[in-house]
Amino acid sequence: MNGKYMFSLLAIFVLFLLPYVGVTAFGLKTLFGIFIPLIALTIFIIGFVRRIKGWSESPVPFRIPTTCGQQKSLTWIESSPIDNPTTKAGVVVRMILEVMLFRSLFRNLKFKRESNGILSYSWELWLWLGALAFHWAFLVTIVRHLRFFAEPIPYFVRALEFFDSFFRVEFFTDAFQVGLPGIYMSGIVLLAAAIYLLARRILLAQVRYVSLAADYFPLFLIIGIAVSGIMMRYASKVDIVGIKAFTMGLVTLNPTIPEGVGATFYVHLFFVSVLLIYFPFSKLMHMGGIFMSPTRNLTTDTRAKHYSNPWNYPVKTHTYEEYEDDYREKMIDAGLPVDKELAEVKE
Amino acid sequence: MPDQKQMYDKGKVVAGLVIFVVLITFPFWYNHLKAAPAPQLELTKKAQAAKNCVRSKDYMKAEHMQLLDVWRESVVRNGERVYVNEEGKEFNMSLTNTCLDCHSNKAEFCDRCHNYASVNPYCWDCHIDNPKEKK
Repeated sequence: MNGKYMFSLLAIFVLFLLPYVGVTAFGLKTLFGIFIPLIALTIFIIGFVRRIKGWSESPVPFRIPTTCGQQKSLTWIESSPIDNPTTKAGVVVRMILEVMLFRSLFRNLKFKRESNGILSYSWELWLWLGALAFHWAFLVTIVRHLRFFAEPIPYFVRALEFFDSFFRVEFFTDAFQVGLPGIYMSGIVLLAAAIYLLARRILLAQVRYVSLAADYFPLFLIIGIAVSGIMMRYASKVDIVGIKAFTMGLVTLNPTIPEGVGATFYVHLFFVSVLLIYFPFSKLMHMGGIFMSPTRNLTTDTRAKHYSNPWNYPVKTHTYEEYEDDYREKMIDAGLPVDKELAEVKE
Repeated sequence: MPDQKQMYDKGKVVAGLVIFVVLITFPFWYNHLKAAPAPQLELTKKAQAAKNCVRSKDYMKAEHMQLLDVWRESVVRNGERVYVNEEGKEFNMSLTNTCLDCHSNKAEFCDRCHNYASVNPYCWDCHIDNPKEKK
C-alpha cells in the first residue's frame, strides 16, 4: 500500500461519485452538463496562457541547450546540425522531433549493478514506447471527438476515424461483443498505455520512489476518462445523436440538456472537465512547457556569437590611471614610480 | 535583475499562444456559434402505422447496431430467422425485409443520423441496392 496512489485513487473515486450521485439522485444535469464544462474550458485556456506568460517572464540570459552531438567548429570536424544545432533551422527540426517523437526520452538509460559488482547502463525503450503510444493515442482520441463538435464534420476528422477504426475484426459471443460499432484503436491504445504507465509507477521500486500523488492522479483521471468513454461506446450504449445535439449546443453557447442520456456520460464529461481544470496547475503543463525548454530550443552557436548578460549594469570602477591622476604629485614627492610624469600630463 | 516583469521572446510566445487558443477553440469558430439542428427523422406511413419498432424507441436509438449484429450472427451462422421481442411478438430477422420494409426511406431515416454522427456502417455494402428503397 502506498499513500500516494491510494490518495489519488480515492480522489478519483470521489470525483466519480460527484457527477454520478449528482445526476442520478439530484438531477443536477445543468450543473454537470453545462456550467462545469464551460467553466472548466475557460479555466483551462486562461490558466494555460497565464502559465506560459509566467514562464516567458523568466529570463534565459545564457545559452543552456543540452548538446547531444558534436558542435559546429572547424570545417573538417563533422558536426551534428540537429543534436547540436547552431542554426535556427536546426533548432526548429530538433524541436519538431522532440515534440513529436520524444527523442530525449528515447535516450532513456537504465542503471544496474551487475552480479560481479560492475555498474552497467542499458537502453530502456519501454518508457519511450509507452509514452509515445499514450500521447499519440490521446491526440487521435481528442481529434476524432471533433465529430461531436463540428457540423459538417471536417474531412480530416473523417479520414482519421477511417484509419483509426476497424469493423471487421470481431470477437463475438452472446455475452461479450466487440466489433460493432467499429473499434477505435486509439481508445484501446490510450487505455492500455495509461495502465502501463501507471503499472510502471506502482510496480518498479525506483519509479515508485520518485512518484508523487500528482503523478498518479492524472493517470487515474485519464484512465477514468478512457474507461467511461469505452463503456459508452461498446457496453452501455448511449444516444449518440442526442449527445451530439448537446455538445453542439455547448460549443455554440446555446446548450440544452439531452434527454435519456445516462450517468456514464456525465461522469465522462465531468472527468474531462476536471482534467481541464487541473491541467494548468499541474505537471500536465509540459504540453506548453516543452516549447519553452531552454535546454532544447536554443542554438549552440556560443563559439560563433557573443551572448552578454542582458541585465549587466554599469559597474563603478577606479582604475590605476585614475588613481595615479589623483595622487601623482604626492607619489613623485614620496619618490614612487609613476607611469606618466608631471610634465607629460600638463601638456 | 530587471525591475519590471517583461515577457522575453514576446513575439514567439504570443504567436504560440495564439495558435494554441485558435486550435483549442476550433469547435466554437468552426460552427460560427450556430448549431446545425440535430437531424429529424422521417417515418414512412407504414412505420407510423406500426407505432412500435421491434424494440422500444430508446433501445433502438442506442442499440440498433448491436441488434442487427446479433441478427446477422443468428441468421448467417446459426440459420435461425425468428426474433421474439420482449412482448413476445415474432419478427423475421432481416434488415431488408423487416427493418427496411417499414423504414424504406434510408436517406431520411438511416443516413441522416449516420452522417450527423459520422458513422459509416458497412450494412450498405450489401444492402445498398435494396429494391424497396424509394428515393
